[in-house]
Amino acid sequence: MSIKVLIPTPLRPYAGKQSIIEVNAQTVGEALSDLVARHPDLRKHLFSEDGKLRSFVNVYLNDEDIRYLNKDATPVKETDTVTIVPSVAGGR
Amino acid sequence: MALKIPVELYDQLRQHGEATYPHECCGVLVGEFDESGGKVVKAAVTCGNTRTDSLANRYHISPSELVRIQRDAMLAGHDIVGFYHSHPDHPARWSTTDLAEAHWTGSSYVITSVENGRAVVTNSFLLLDHEEAKHFEDELLEVIEH
Repeated sequence: MSIKVLIPTPLRPYAGKQSIIEVNAQTVGEALSDLVARHPDLRKHLFSEDGKLRSFVNVYLNDEDIRYLNKDATPVKETDTVTIVPSVAGGR
Repeated sequence: MALKIPVELYDQLRQHGEATYPHECCGVLVGEFDESGGKVVKAAVTCGNTRTDSLANRYHISPSELVRIQRDAMLAGHDIVGFYHSHPDHPARWSTTDLAEAHWTGSSYVITSVENGRAVVTNSFLLLDHEEAKHFEDELLEVIEH
């Protein structure tokens, strides 16, 4: 099925400058795989060399962090939105 | 290129730093990118600092807050254009921690020094390049008076 992935501004240069991309997937993992298949330049910005999500990349299914759901295996449905947000932190 | 911010939002983020002193404050700048690569701030969204273990010298914005703010911004035809935080009793310059924890290339990172509870200097830094080569550059912060 087709679901939406929201792309944050720092990743848009690697995603054809698009803010929303439709992908075909049954799970969150498939959604991310389809996303990088469509936009290969995104891969190294989302995943480390071992294929895991980079530590500062958060992936949400609607309002839930997939780390607290079933991670990559979390099923998706037509009305769902996957959102990618890099973390924001720092300090003196 | 510059980060343009209306004076009332500029005052708001500085006052946030005073209100949370001696702890760091943080928030998200929502607005628009213009064709020259500059940015115009339309809203400064106050966030909670989730680094409760080290509030005086660290900040962290909950990703769930970022998801909500990004979604609301996009629905309004805007984008996240930057972030702000305060440096209590410390200069308004980026730190090694600020750079290590910065991942929004192209975004502005606005820092306000707060000395003895009063906001003093506010500077903006533009994060450039990809993760492995990222660096900050000084960015002109243009306060728009009405």
